[in-house]
Amino acid sequence: MLKTLTDLNQAVEKAGEMIKKEGLQILVCAGTGCVANGSLEVFADLQEKTRELKLPIKVKLMDEEEESHDNVTVKISGCHGFCEKGPLVKILPMGLLYTNVKQKDVDKIVEDTLKAGKLVKKLVFKSPDKELYPREEEIPFYVLQNRVTLENCGNIDPEDINDYFATGGYTALSKVLFEMSPAEVCKEVLDSGLRGRGGAGFPTGRKWEFTRRAEADQKYVIINGDEGDPGAFMDRSVMEGDPHRVIEGLIITGYATGATRGFIYVRAEYPLAVKRLKKAISDARESGLLGEDILGSGFDFDLEIKEGAGAFVCGEETALIASIEGNRGMPRPKPPFPANSGLWGKPTNINNVETIANIPRIIINGAEWFSSIGQPNSTGTKTFAITGDIQNTGLIEVPMGITLREVVFDIGGGIKDGNEFKAVQIGGPSGGCLTREHFDLPLDYDSLQEAGAMVGSGGMVVMDNETCMVEVAQFFLGFTQKESCGKCPPCRIGTRRMLDILTRITAGEGQEGDLEKLEALARQIKETSLCGLGKTAPNPVLTTLRYFRDEYEVHIRDKECPARQCKALLDSYIINEEKCIKCGLCQKECPVDAISGERGEGFEIDPDKCTLCGACKAVCPVNAIY
Amino acid sequence: MEKEGLYKLDSIIEKFRGKSGSLIPVLNEAQEEYGYLPLEVQDYIAQQLNIPLSKVYGVATFYAQYSMEPKGEYVIHVCDGTACHVRRSTIILDAIKEKLQLTDEKNTTDNKKFTLETVSCLGACGLAPVVTINGKVHGKMSPKAVKKIIDELDGGEIDA
Ligand SMILES: Cc1cc2nc3c(=O)[nH]c(=O)nc-3n(C[C@H](O)[C@H](O)[C@H](O)COP(=O)(O)O)c2cc1C
Ligand code: FES
Repeated sequence: MLKTLTDLNQAVEKAGEMIKKEGLQILVCAGTGCVANGSLEVFADLQEKTRELKLPIKVKLMDEEEESHDNVTVKISGCHGFCEKGPLVKILPMGLLYTNVKQKDVDKIVEDTLKAGKLVKKLVFKSPDKELYPREEEIPFYVLQNRVTLENCGNIDPEDINDYFATGGYTALSKVLFEMSPAEVCKEVLDSGLRGRGGAGFPTGRKWEFTRRAEADQKYVIINGDEGDPGAFMDRSVMEGDPHRVIEGLIITGYATGATRGFIYVRAEYPLAVKRLKKAISDARESGLLGEDILGSGFDFDLEIKEGAGAFVCGEETALIASIEGNRGMPRPKPPFPANSGLWGKPTNINNVETIANIPRIIINGAEWFSSIGQPNSTGTKTFAITGDIQNTGLIEVPMGITLREVVFDIGGGIKDGNEFKAVQIGGPSGGCLTREHFDLPLDYDSLQEAGAMVGSGGMVVMDNETCMVEVAQFFLGFTQKESCGKCPPCRIGTRRMLDILTRITAGEGQEGDLEKLEALARQIKETSLCGLGKTAPNPVLTTLRYFRDEYEVHIRDKECPARQCKALLDSYIINEEKCIKCGLCQKECPVDAISGERGEGFEIDPDKCTLCGACKAVCPVNAIY
Repeated sequence: MEKEGLYKLDSIIEKFRGKSGSLIPVLNEAQEEYGYLPLEVQDYIAQQLNIPLSKVYGVATFYAQYSMEPKGEYVIHVCDGTACHVRRSTIILDAIKEKLQLTDEKNTTDNKKFTLETVSCLGACGLAPVVTINGKVHGKMSPKAVKKIIDELDGGEIDA
């Protein structure tokens, strides 16, 4: 139990020394992606096999001085972001990263690396030109990144509060409690230029100041961990990989705004995040960092987790508040803003997970440090989840203002399957698409807004030339239509009308005038909807219309889908003979025996039999079926 | 439902009684206990928490997480979030529908073994297309791979 500032400082110092004593640390990624690929089995095996190791262990890697360690610790870590190459195993202090590690590789890691000090080449990341990158920080995927909110993810055990202490954890909290007034904390955050990472980009310091000034007997702070944007998992990774940072940030928010109770609202689909946060909250409480009179400062604060129940609209702040209160999660008109009347009618500050994860560093390093990163109007870093048809899917954190080209090609490694880049959807169903003409666009709040997209939460879905943009627009609208809560008619009925038109177009029944109708509806829905869901729902349609209008027109006029995705506009799939390697996998897979031919000679699809089920397309190893 | 069955709710309700915003956590745990929320359960919760049944029903029908129908032993979630969608998740969905003879309207098999649902993003987009079965994540799925998993579950011992 840490009762005073001195206690905390001692705990931090002791944790730092403990980490040094741990000697060689082997961190096995226990993020969702790696777990699905069997990382926990690798972890168990490594633990088992290193237990019997004879000490001391000498490791001479990467032409470095021989290092001697008299101890090996195996632990789990949060997500490294390089999910494409999981399971990942990192060895510290060398910073060595092994990729695609399977259970059967454990013996080799122990024998070759731990005992003999050699690299296991097969597990080292190789670039497409076959160059080896043994050290995590040198892998091209990481070189352009600047990890602030993710600095601990992948490097510490998220279930051990001492690991967080060893990184200086909770010293930002002690700094504000003992050296700063609430007004000074708000000012520091305002000066840093930090803007909300949950979508709208409102200056965080200003928001805090509103709640701080509101007078009430009780105030609340909430972290929005709903992360409803499908195709985004930044907030999840922070909550799972570094839960104490989120908790420390929230306690500081409470202190700055005068709130004594906090909530973390986590979406139902994130059970691991809930589990890790619960453990972290209970450890923090046991350590005296939550509860009454924290570290003897006189400040009381406690918090709890609220689990969502599966509704996208609950990410909207007033709907989220209704949901915590135990009601249907429907938004209400603003004003009054939550800063004046929020949870149970009391002043409430609500911020996104990533926004809050920035706070401890801003307090420790200062506003000036933070605002020196990024752009003048968009300071700091932003995490993006890059997914879709891209080589290196995963989670990245880059300075605001980095260009799309750098993200897609330098970090993302370009497009999968040798296909071509077509577009990237940024900001999820509320955002818009960017095309090749935006390759040099700096990714920041203002530039994206101008291009018709938005930073949003940071989902970035890359699409190749086999993607039909009309179908994509239909997909997004289908999503928002389904998630519309039904309270206001423009959103409830308007999105349905738009979806009907889009469905008609992809079904080959588009009519002249449909595009104009879509545009008129979009304008009305944007202007008259109650909340952000409706106000932004037409964006994907508007941006695809702006950049890919001819693709819509071909669907309507010629009843053709140039990307060959809209099934109603195709007769059958076709095999591209130039690409085909004549392996015969498609023939085996076809459920209706529509593919004739012989291995080594070539195959053909019978259009009369083909049901367009797509099974052959999915198995083709060279992407020759279209 | 048997009257006695409802008494399991008492301990759940007791945990949250008197706390503000207790309805959703109670529904969460009740659903976990029964697998779904039959009207009797909703009615009992309403009486015990002293709120109108209409409110309980309103909340239970608002959130996607709650089900009014019993589900199969294995609940298959096919992700149709953006990342999975552009990695062609619809092909996976169609393959499962065909294999288990399910449709949009009929999503549980007659033997109550499998229930098929789509969800929007499981947060494992790096592994798209993603399917979870009773919470276990299966990444980089193909129609063949998912059919194989179903076959194993169908024939294999019940362990989940
Ligand atoms: C339909 C809708 C969904 C939203 N979903 C989220 C979400 O999942 N996570 C989030 O942090 N903010 C979401 N927001 C934004 C929140 O309303 C709110 O602006 C944000 O949590 C404020 O935090 P920030 O200032 O730190 O960005 C959503 C808004 C709308 C209109
Ligand atoms: S879109 Fe499927 S896991 Fe995220």
